[in-house]
Parts: sequence; C-alpha cells; structure tokens
Amino acid sequence: MREKEISNYSNYKECGKKEESSKQINLYKRILFRFKGNGIALIAFIILIFIMFISFTAPLIAPYDPAKSDIMQRLKPPTLTSPLKGGFPHFLGTDQQGRDVLTRLMYGGRVSMGVAFTVVLISGLIGITIGIISGYYGGWVDLFLMRLVDISSSFPGLLIALTFVMVLGPSQVNLTLALLMVGWMVHARMARSQVLTVRETTMVEACRTIGCSKPRIFVTHIFPNILSPMITIYVLEMAHMIMAEANMSFLGYGIQPPASSWGLMIGDGRQYITNAWWLVVFPGIAIAMTVLCLSIIGNWIKDEFNPIKSDREY
Amino acid sequence: MIRYIILRLIYTIVVIFGVSILVFIVTHVIGNPVNTMLPLQATDAERMALTHELGLDKPILIQLWDFLQSIIRLDFGNSWWQQVPALGIVLKRIPATLVLVVSAFALALVIALLLGILAAYKPGTLIDRLITNLSLVGICFPPFWVALMLILFFSVQMGWFYTSGYGTLKHAVLPVLTLSFIPAAHLVQIIRSSVAEQLNSQYITTARAKGVKEIVILFNHALKNAANAIATMFGFDFGRYLAGEAAAVEVVFGWPGIGTLIVDTIGKQDFPLLQAEVFTVALVICIINLITDISYGFFDPTIKY
Repeated sequence: MREKEISNYSNYKECGKKEESSKQINLYKRILFRFKGNGIALIAFIILIFIMFISFTAPLIAPYDPAKSDIMQRLKPPTLTSPLKGGFPHFLGTDQQGRDVLTRLMYGGRVSMGVAFTVVLISGLIGITIGIISGYYGGWVDLFLMRLVDISSSFPGLLIALTFVMVLGPSQVNLTLALLMVGWMVHARMARSQVLTVRETTMVEACRTIGCSKPRIFVTHIFPNILSPMITIYVLEMAHMIMAEANMSFLGYGIQPPASSWGLMIGDGRQYITNAWWLVVFPGIAIAMTVLCLSIIGNWIKDEFNPIKSDREY
Repeated sequence: MIRYIILRLIYTIVVIFGVSILVFIVTHVIGNPVNTMLPLQATDAERMALTHELGLDKPILIQLWDFLQSIIRLDFGNSWWQQVPALGIVLKRIPATLVLVVSAFALALVIALLLGILAAYKPGTLIDRLITNLSLVGICFPPFWVALMLILFFSVQMGWFYTSGYGTLKHAVLPVLTLSFIPAAHLVQIIRSSVAEQLNSQYITTARAKGVKEIVILFNHALKNAANAIATMFGFDFGRYLAGEAAAVEVVFGWPGIGTLIVDTIGKQDFPLLQAEVFTVALVICIINLITDISYGFFDPTIKY
C-alpha cells in the first residue's frame, strides 16, 4: 500500500509539481492542479463546441452563398465596412472568385469535421472489434492481425490513402474510405492492449466460469471496461484525421471544388498568396485551433480517467 | 547479433512482398487504369488495344506472378507516364529528399535536445511549461500551412530566400525549417519526459552525492539512458518523412523529391511507377527500423540480440 502511494506520488510529480513535505499543502496543490487542468480543458472545450456549432449550422447563419461567385468582389481584403451594394461585410475578405471567405470557412469546417468524425466513428468500431477478437483469442489470429497492423502502420498513411484515391477517384466518399483504411489500426492496437489486461481480471474469469457466452463477455463485460482509454484515442484521432483530410485536400486528392474544406481552401489560395494572404491564413488558423482544442481535451481525458491517477484523492 | 540481422532481413523481404501484393490487389482488382488514360470518347477497340498493350487482359493470377517476378528482378517496367524504367525515376529523386530530411532532422534534434533537457532539468518552472506548451501547439499547425507562412514572411515580405526551387542553400533554408518543425516538437516531448524520468531515479541521486558535475549527469547519465525512447521516436519520424510523408511541403517548395513524385504519380495514374515507389518506400522504412533496433544495443549494453 505504502509503495503504491509512493509510486502514485512520483507519477504525480512528473506533471510538473514540486515536492512538498506537508500533506495539507499537498492536498491544496492537488485541488488547484486539477482545477487548473480543468480550466484550460474547459476553454478548449468551449472553443471546440463553438467551432462545431458554427460549422454545423452554416447553412442557417452563413452570410453568403458558399459557391456563388461575384467577379466584381474578387480578392477583397478583410474589412468591416459593407460592400457597395449592401449586405454583410466581408470580415475575412473574398477569394479569387469573389466568394466570402468567412462563409466558405464555415462550410469547410462542416466538411472537414464531418469527414473526420465519420472516419473516427467507423474506424473506431472496426478497430475495437478487431482488437477485442485479437486480444481475447490470441494465437495465430492475433499474430496475423497484429503483423498486419505493424506492417501497415510503419507505412506512411498518406501513401496508402493516396493509392486508394488514385484507384477510386477523388471525392468526399472515397476520401473517407481511404482514411478509414489508414485509421482503423490505431484503434485495433489500443483495444487489443486494453483487452489483454481486462481478459485476465477475475471479473472476466468469473463470467467464463458461470458460462457467459463469448458475445456477452465481449459486449457487456470487456467493452465498457476498455471504453475510457478508447475515448482518448477517439478524440486524438479526430485531430489526426482533420490534419489528414486537410493534407489530402490540399494536394487536390480530397474534397473537390465547388465544395470547400479547410485544406482545399489553403490549396486553392496558395497561388494568390503574394497579394491575398487572407485566403491562406484563416483556414490554417481554423485547422490549428480545432486540432489544438482536440488534443488538449484528449490529454485532459487521458489524465482524468487514468486508473492509476484516479485514486490519487482519498 | 548476425542472426538477429539475418532474421530481420527475412522479415523485411516478407514486409516488402506483403505491401507490394496489397498495392497490386488494390490497383489491379478495384481500379481500371484504361478508363483514366484514354479520353472519354475513346472507342471500345482503342480501349481493348491499350488493355492488351499494358498486359491487363491476362488472367489476374498470371499478372500477379509476372509482378512478383518483376520485384525479384527489380524491374518494374517502364513508367506509363515518362516511358523510362520506373525504378530509375524513383532512385533519381532520393538524393533531394535525403538532403532535405537529413538536414531537417539534424536541426530538429539540436533544437529538441536543448529545449527538452532544459525543460526536464527544471520541471514545473515557467520555462518548462513554456517549452511543453510550445511543443503541443507546434504539432497543431499543418506543415504545408507553416511552409506558406514562412514563404509569405521570409520570401515575399523580406525577400531573403527563394520561394521555391532546388539547388542552392538559399533554396533549402525554408523547406528545412518547415520540415524540422513537427519532428522537433515530437522530440522535445519525448526527451523531456524520458530525461525527467531518469533524473528522478536513484542512480542520479548517487551521482550527485558523489559530486559529479551537473553537465556530466545530464548528458552522460540521464541522456544516455533516455536515448532508447528518443531513438524510437526519431527513427519512426525519420522513416516516415523519408518515405514521402512530407509530400505537401515538397510540393509547396517545388522540391524534386520522392513526395512530389508520389503526388505526380497519383495524378498520372502510373501503376508501374507507383509499384516502384511503394517498393522503395517499404525498403527505406525497413532499413531505418533495423538501424533503430540495432541502435538500442549501442545505447543500452544490457540489450542482447
């Protein structure tokens, strides 16, 4: 028991805390630390919800039509004044076809986050299923699946995704499929490693003893117990997939115009960068903000639901 | 040791064959290149002729057998796009990527060692929090966007460096800077956590009690014992970047490396060239992984193969 306390303590110290001898100061600092962690995560959470809300309600609140070009208004810099014929000011300027950058940013977020969310949801389900089967049965099934995961995850995901898009042709659905091919492995590996520990618990052993069926053990006993580490992976993978989508769309093999996505906006605006910086700067900031918020939340969940750290307050 | 290396080489061969067969299946069973190579109004006769010319009308197993033989002979056939041997095109692009990635990683390693050790040495202080948060933020920016921002500032505003191209040092500064960004952030995180873990252990306290200089403790004791974790991260990132993960950055700077070639290949739907690229990339990654694994024994003499 004592040893456990010490190891918890040293674990705790790694989070950047100074060693304190008094137990009361310790408790106070712990609460403060937790609160502080929550504070940053809370801000990140609020920003993320804000970005998501704006993206998903884009058709309702966007000031302009994302695809309608207006050649008179092309490449206008960001401004607070309304255009001559009235209407909402182009806060973030207009692009090479006179389309409002703010509007396209909203619609782009819709696509970017939609793709990332779909990919993570489906690849998570596939990954967890494969991970549970692989981890629970072991043997040659496990060996085969994990070698497959090893081989393909040491391979650059971009190349695999590009190969799929090359064969299937670039479109939003095919991009999602291509990213699925890359995405499931992280989930499978994580789920397997979690199942390996849960499998050996007395709880699962008891279930086997009283004769629970395998699907029952998988769904009602193993699945809930591996869920919290999997949620961390979900959130972090979402950030990863937003990056991957941006990368593919930037190269021209992801989302196709006239639809917009953040990566595509950067790719399109690239040739105008010398005289229209706003075409490139704002989508990049949108990507970075979203990814940063997701990774802060992911790290917070990891710390907060970590079974070793959760018993630090008693 | 020798036995281990031989085993790993056999594993490498299996990986290369496995990946190549996977790509073969994807490209030959799902897709049909003839549709994209010919214009829409092409007649059926023209389609048949091209299919025959490319050897795509043979039974799929015969095609697979031909393909496996071609890997062993290291002859992937002529590129459909450039009409010269595909492997030659790929090999010609390697030096450019190698120069870029090696210099970027050298820069990243130097930066990361300085910042990571500084952060690990004073955990919990302002400077530690600054460095840790900086590395967290650094990973969140897409590299191709960072590239464009650097161009905007240093080339367009300041006029110090060229916006794109290949050849002189002035061309190379911005691509190297961009590519060093993410590996440096990864390395800072891993160096900070692994060195801090070492500094917490008892042999460091013993060394301090004996009066060993702090600098020796940091570099000879802590860093050397943390080196395995660092080498793992370094090898992983290095392999991926050599293998075209940085394609978008190469495209932005017009750098004639593997990444640009891969993007062009996808655009031209050039199967032989893609096969050659996949082969080269798989080989490069396996070699880097092998070197990483062998380096463990160098840093930690207790590891035996």
